[in-house]
Amino acid sequence: MPRIKVEVDGVTYEDDVEPRLLLVHYLRDRLGKVGTPIGCDTTNCGACTVLMDGLSVKSCSVLAVQADGRAITTIEGLGIDGQLHPMQQAFHEEHALQCGYCTPGMIMASLDLLRENADPSEDEIREGLEGNLCRCTGYQNIVRAVRRAADDMRGAAKEVTS
Amino acid sequence: MTTAPEIGSSRKRSEDARLITGKTQWTDNIQLPGMCYVAFLRSPHAHARITNIDVSPAKGRTGVIAAFAGQDFADEQGALPCAWPVTEDMVHPDYLPLAINEVRFVGEPVAIVVARDRYAAADALEAIEVDYEPLPPVLDMEEALKEGADLVHGDKGTNKTYTWVFEQGDNEAAWRDAPVVIERRYIQQRLIPSAMEPRAVVVAPVGDEYTMWSATQVPHILRTVLSVITAIPEQKIRVIAPDVGGGFGSKIGVTAEEVVLMLAARRLGRPLKWTESRSEGNLTVHHGRDQIQDIAIAADRDGKLRGLRVKLLADMGAYLRLVGPGVPLLGAFMYNAIYKMDALSFTCSGVFTNKTPTDAYRGAGRPEATYAIERLMDELAVELNLDPIEVRRRNWIKHEEFPYTTIAGLTYDSGNYEAATEKALQAFEYDKLRAEQADRRERGDPVQLGIGISTYTEMCGIAPSRVLGQLNFGGGGWEHASVRMLATGKVEAVIGTSPHGQGHDTTMAQIIADKLGVPWEDVKVLHGDTATSHKGLDTYGSRSLAIGGVAVVNACDKVLEKAKRAAAHLMEASEQDIEFANGAFSVRGVAESSLPIQDVAFAVNLAHNLPDGMEPSLDSDATFDPENFSYPHGTHLCAVDVDTETGFVKIRKYVAVDDVGKVINPLIVDGQVHGGLAQGIAQALYEEGVYDADGNLTTTTLADYLVPSAPDLPTFHTDRTETPATTNPLGVKGVGEAGTIASTPAVVGAVVDALRPLGINDVRMPCTPERVWQAIKDARGGAS
Ligand code: FES
Ligand code: FES
Repeated sequence: MPRIKVEVDGVTYEDDVEPRLLLVHYLRDRLGKVGTPIGCDTTNCGACTVLMDGLSVKSCSVLAVQADGRAITTIEGLGIDGQLHPMQQAFHEEHALQCGYCTPGMIMASLDLLRENADPSEDEIREGLEGNLCRCTGYQNIVRAVRRAADDMRGAAKEVTS
Repeated sequence: MTTAPEIGSSRKRSEDARLITGKTQWTDNIQLPGMCYVAFLRSPHAHARITNIDVSPAKGRTGVIAAFAGQDFADEQGALPCAWPVTEDMVHPDYLPLAINEVRFVGEPVAIVVARDRYAAADALEAIEVDYEPLPPVLDMEEALKEGADLVHGDKGTNKTYTWVFEQGDNEAAWRDAPVVIERRYIQQRLIPSAMEPRAVVVAPVGDEYTMWSATQVPHILRTVLSVITAIPEQKIRVIAPDVGGGFGSKIGVTAEEVVLMLAARRLGRPLKWTESRSEGNLTVHHGRDQIQDIAIAADRDGKLRGLRVKLLADMGAYLRLVGPGVPLLGAFMYNAIYKMDALSFTCSGVFTNKTPTDAYRGAGRPEATYAIERLMDELAVELNLDPIEVRRRNWIKHEEFPYTTIAGLTYDSGNYEAATEKALQAFEYDKLRAEQADRRERGDPVQLGIGISTYTEMCGIAPSRVLGQLNFGGGGWEHASVRMLATGKVEAVIGTSPHGQGHDTTMAQIIADKLGVPWEDVKVLHGDTATSHKGLDTYGSRSLAIGGVAVVNACDKVLEKAKRAAAHLMEASEQDIEFANGAFSVRGVAESSLPIQDVAFAVNLAHNLPDGMEPSLDSDATFDPENFSYPHGTHLCAVDVDTETGFVKIRKYVAVDDVGKVINPLIVDGQVHGGLAQGIAQALYEEGVYDADGNLTTTTLADYLVPSAPDLPTFHTDRTETPATTNPLGVKGVGEAGTIASTPAVVGAVVDALRPLGINDVRMPCTPERVWQAIKDARGGAS
């Protein structure tokens, strides 16, 4: 069995894993990181989205061995010192979730979206989240939340630089 | 000090804290010591005899604890329930949790493997040997009803489960010499509910007692039915619905997987878990809709409706599910919608096919009815050369006519169709868009503009128990709540409804905060566990607020009543002189007297000094059983651009003005409307569960079954009118299904409206580019 070393939400783990073990199952079943849910078996829903070295990936489409030597951030690793991340805060403020099942993946995908485009238009947000399905919200408030987070995060960035 | 009322305020949801941080407890997250995983082997055939099944080869596989076939549970698995025998002679075949002799749809479970981990369980399935002798599949409802058709259930001699007839008014007179008669056939395609959380079940046996966690909408119903099926006494079963990731009706069943896990856990004495994959779920979670609607209206030349005739074929799939047979019949009361007419004739036949069973999906019977009547009102407008708004106006119940008893026999307590329509027309800029449409038609623009209208109503708040009894439904429709003030003055409320995204923690707390005059933050709402919520009838049919919310009000009233007696005693005043406002009791006319309800709660909890006969603890238990349904309504307007060269449809504008009565939390109501619209639009444009000629579902994944993503949907303009329901003290009506019910006809109506100059009067749902393009091609071919 291959041995992997991977950092997840700031903690380093070393484990022997079966070559076919999916990253999402490694996170959920081996590490107990159940904040990242699974919504499909064909990499269509995006519920399992995490960041790998800062870029969003669907963790059901990545093998645990492919995460060897990488840093993974899940929804559980967002927010610092008990403070919500601005994206989490925005989802709350804008009522961008109902059942919340898509939410971890949606938040992680949105972070990647803003990394690529810090000031996206509504259409750009919709296009950017195409790989993440939500059955509850009709997306309207998700789009709003991402807009709000974009404003908040740019505002915060300005404060830091000025 | 007066505080702003909670009711009507856009409280941000308390449930979000765990959902946005990944601290959620989904059923699949539950890990128990010694837990094993279950995998199901499912039929690859739509219809086949099982001539041999041998699970023993699987048992030798590494990590496998056990394997069972249907025969192993033959004496204890019973049959899955159908709670709605809609006619006395309904054909009701046994629906075994694990099939034994015959399989009747692809995905029907035949055996299980129990193993140490989910990979081992899934791997060992291939070792199970099953010999099937294929039988001809029954896939088409009309073929199924023909003389000599192949049968889904050979021993029943028919593919028809029931025919249900409902006649109101003088149909003969309404149709005799009717100046205008319009007949149409509409097809309600099969839909797959697609909640984002797949189903999951965990069962933990301890001695002869069982705890089941299930991704269910109906923990109470599930417990009762499990007990009936397995003969495990009800008090020894505890069902917990932890965080549940959406339902939309798909989680109201009592499913094969729940029963089989229970039986296997009993046999093995170990905790078991099963989580479905999406492809497994698409095959086995019940489907929705799937009806053929033959509908006709008779009208006068001025557009006044005389009569309505509906003939339905409803696909039940291979077996009857929990409320499946009744779903199309809910529509029977809704075909007449908001319109006055003299006669109604409704006939529905339920038909078996070798497909996944159907049951309630968001709206359940009402979207189908609304779709057909709204489409037909458009046809009537075209026939009479009237504006489609005008033809509706001539027929709808006027505001001053409420309460109004419809031809279907329901009494609509309140409504204001004029106000909702007026507001919608303005926001939509209806006249301007009509002018643009005329212009583009004139110019022969390749992209044509279409306008669709839905002046819908629905019946929700399911349901008065008495009415359910009359409809032969095997359950009640009341709801329960209990409210207790703790020694410290904080509040715990237990509710019988079971949320899965609706935000009950937040809204029920808003109601309680206002009623008891306590801060919203001081209220904790408990639900979804039969050990804490000992009675209730769960969440479906837009009932949680309209019924459960009123139970909460009743429980608060009882608390206040007791608190008032205690306050009078403590303040040494007569009860008649005690007033309650803003969370404190005072003695009328005594300015400085004030006793906060929290102090009363403490005193009643302490019980040192209670009025004679008063029991300690400030708490209450209450139920509510409505007298009537509630009737949300509204006007939805949709503008689409249809590219006549590619068939591509783009929603350009969508205005929804809904009247859901009094609104507790506008933020949550808007969210419900958005999500409802998305699902109704999805039926109009994107989704369809498709079977091939052998009875294989070809839409088993989210790549084939097109749940819309963000770029597929527009930004909605939502607004409200607020005509309170008069049938409950909150004035609320329910909002869970309204968007879905209203939007499908608005969108398809718009597509058809765009193509009307080509002589097109229908496009089959979903209106994919291919279908639209084909309709245009056919129309042009026909014209040349
Ligand atoms: S679980 Fe659906 S994309 Fe990963
Ligand atoms: S909030 Fe339920 S799936 Fe997005």
